[in-house]
Amino acid sequence: MRKITWSIVAVVVALFISAGIAQASTKDEVQKRGYLQCGVSTGLPGFSNPDEKGHWTGLDVDVCKAIAAATLGDATKIKYVPLNAKERFTALQSGEIDALVRGTTWTLTRDSSLGLNFTGVNYYDGQGFLVSKKMGVKSALELDGAAVCIQGGTTTELNLADYFKENKMEYKPVVFDTHDATAKAFDNGRCDVLTSDQSQLYGLRTHLTKPEDAVVLPEVISKEPLGPVVRQGDDAWFNIVKWTLNAMIEAEEMGVTQANVDEMKNSNNPGVRRLLGLDGIGGKGLGLNDDWAYQIIKQVGNYGEAFERNVGMSSPLKIERGLNALWSKGGIMYAPPLR
Amino acid sequence: MAVYITTPSPALPPPSTSVGVLGWMRKNLFSSFANSILTLIGVYLLFLIIPPTINWALFQADWVGTSREACSGEGACWVFVTVRFQQFMFGFYPPSEYWRVVVAFSLVGFLIAWLLIEETPKKGLVGIFTIFCYPVIAYLLFYGGALGLPVVETHKWGGLMLTLILATIGMFCALPIGIVLALGRRSTMPIAKSLSVVFIEFWRGVPLITVLFMSSVMLPIFMPEELQIDKLLRALIGIVFFQSAYMAEVVRGGLQAIPKGQYEAAEALGLSYWKCTFFIILPQALKLVIPGIVNTFIALFKDTTLVLIIGLFDLLAVVQSAFADAKWIGYSVEGYVFVAGIYWISCFSMSRYSQYLERKLHTGHAR
Repeated sequence: MRKITWSIVAVVVALFISAGIAQASTKDEVQKRGYLQCGVSTGLPGFSNPDEKGHWTGLDVDVCKAIAAATLGDATKIKYVPLNAKERFTALQSGEIDALVRGTTWTLTRDSSLGLNFTGVNYYDGQGFLVSKKMGVKSALELDGAAVCIQGGTTTELNLADYFKENKMEYKPVVFDTHDATAKAFDNGRCDVLTSDQSQLYGLRTHLTKPEDAVVLPEVISKEPLGPVVRQGDDAWFNIVKWTLNAMIEAEEMGVTQANVDEMKNSNNPGVRRLLGLDGIGGKGLGLNDDWAYQIIKQVGNYGEAFERNVGMSSPLKIERGLNALWSKGGIMYAPPLR
Repeated sequence: MAVYITTPSPALPPPSTSVGVLGWMRKNLFSSFANSILTLIGVYLLFLIIPPTINWALFQADWVGTSREACSGEGACWVFVTVRFQQFMFGFYPPSEYWRVVVAFSLVGFLIAWLLIEETPKKGLVGIFTIFCYPVIAYLLFYGGALGLPVVETHKWGGLMLTLILATIGMFCALPIGIVLALGRRSTMPIAKSLSVVFIEFWRGVPLITVLFMSSVMLPIFMPEELQIDKLLRALIGIVFFQSAYMAEVVRGGLQAIPKGQYEAAEALGLSYWKCTFFIILPQALKLVIPGIVNTFIALFKDTTLVLIIGLFDLLAVVQSAFADAKWIGYSVEGYVFVAGIYWISCFSMSRYSQYLERKLHTGHAR
């Protein structure tokens, strides 16, 4: 009798374990469900935030939309799951979301020990300095003895200490709790320099009393490559998210935009024809329709358009392309060929 | 011959410095040299604070417009609030379905008013309807999925609506569970007693933030992927358990204040335990602890903002996410003042109602 009981227990345990291993692939699950579950931030200017009408907008949100357009053919079929910094990885690990696009810095620790995979970089960020023009400073190396406004408890604080120590300079930290307070203190002249991630500095600059009196210095003292993240172990889904981003970058390089994508279907350029799924492998390798990249461009636009719209010159943030320009235009945005 | 005046002469009016406004001021504001100085300093401080605040919030403020250009920057920019007012109220609920939320809240407002106002008839029937039928109606209205109402998933709920849902469900569930736990803790049955004690001490021993984090971060890891419990529901269960533990201790305080004679008298009349509890003990005990109960309710109402750390967009979170709109960076003060105003009005009304209730039920136990 006891033997039978034990064998039942063993079978049940084995069933549970195999059920854990033989999960349906994320792609099939998303297509069966009919919408994508995308993890975004609870509010990061230009990257993901709800607008007045409650629609999510931003550069990160556009990546979510592109994934939905490629997988489901409809960029609106998304459930946005707003996450804060602490719960973002668990939400992905537990399967509450299919992809995490939330300004997450790609680091060795995160890539190797959390059971996650970074699929690429959709924004190269880095810590920078905002100074008032009155100081007449052209480089961060001239900042010796400056009072620096900074948000406490962040890696920015540590990067700053490292940078000044390395260059044998002195500084006086003026620490605040929130972004907003830091910017207000800088505005009121409590410090000469404000330091934060560059993508945030431009946003903060726009609401100074006199934005034109402040400049962002060219130095970037840390590397913050931000990119989409997926669960480890589902390579098909990893490929889809990776090539979604690549297709957006490739489209910009080929000059295919949301407006001209239908015209481009008549193009003779073999690269464009492969991108739009008219020639070549199309969507077979990814297990998607052949027009997957066409849907991305048609419904979301290429990378350059998404950048301009959300953080670039046609947005209030007015961030220069800089590192995020295409490799052919002086940046480091580079997509492997779609062929 | 001496003249005797037998009627008393009319009383003179008191000196003008001891009555009226002047007298009140003299007695309360300028009773001594030190007090006079403090009064003057106080008036000066008020003068420094109040006129600029009112100027900022009312006279120099901008009220109409659709973009930040409408704001002059001299006073408050309430345009930020008006533009997003619907989002602050309903979160991401689809605008075409707003009426469902309004109907659900109006209905519960009406029912509660019916129960609270003394003159209305048939309180028993309305009470039963509120407790047993209303939750079903509210669920259908908020979530939909039946009677031709489209489903609105909980991740679209937000703003003041979510705050009120969390708070009302928390209150409605915490009070009965708390009473049961309090009775259990005072019970002589060992199992009921120990279960109640363990439950109360466990939930009182952990901070609410921990409970919410557990529900949103740890719980999904333990559960199989197919079994996804709604995030809002997880948070709600955490809040209810947490608050009912506090409620239990408040109610227990009331139970302990009832003199032993009351129990003995009930027993002498031959009343059963339940009859004794419901007709003799609880009515007296609950009346004693109204301030404590309302205190717990107010704390619960404000604690609901903690759900913002698990990514639920309650009133505070939805306003904070609006600060992140690149078009509206820099209007955080207006947003926070708006939220503070709503919270203050809600909590103050609860507190006033509890005072009214105490006066109404005052039957001589107060000293």
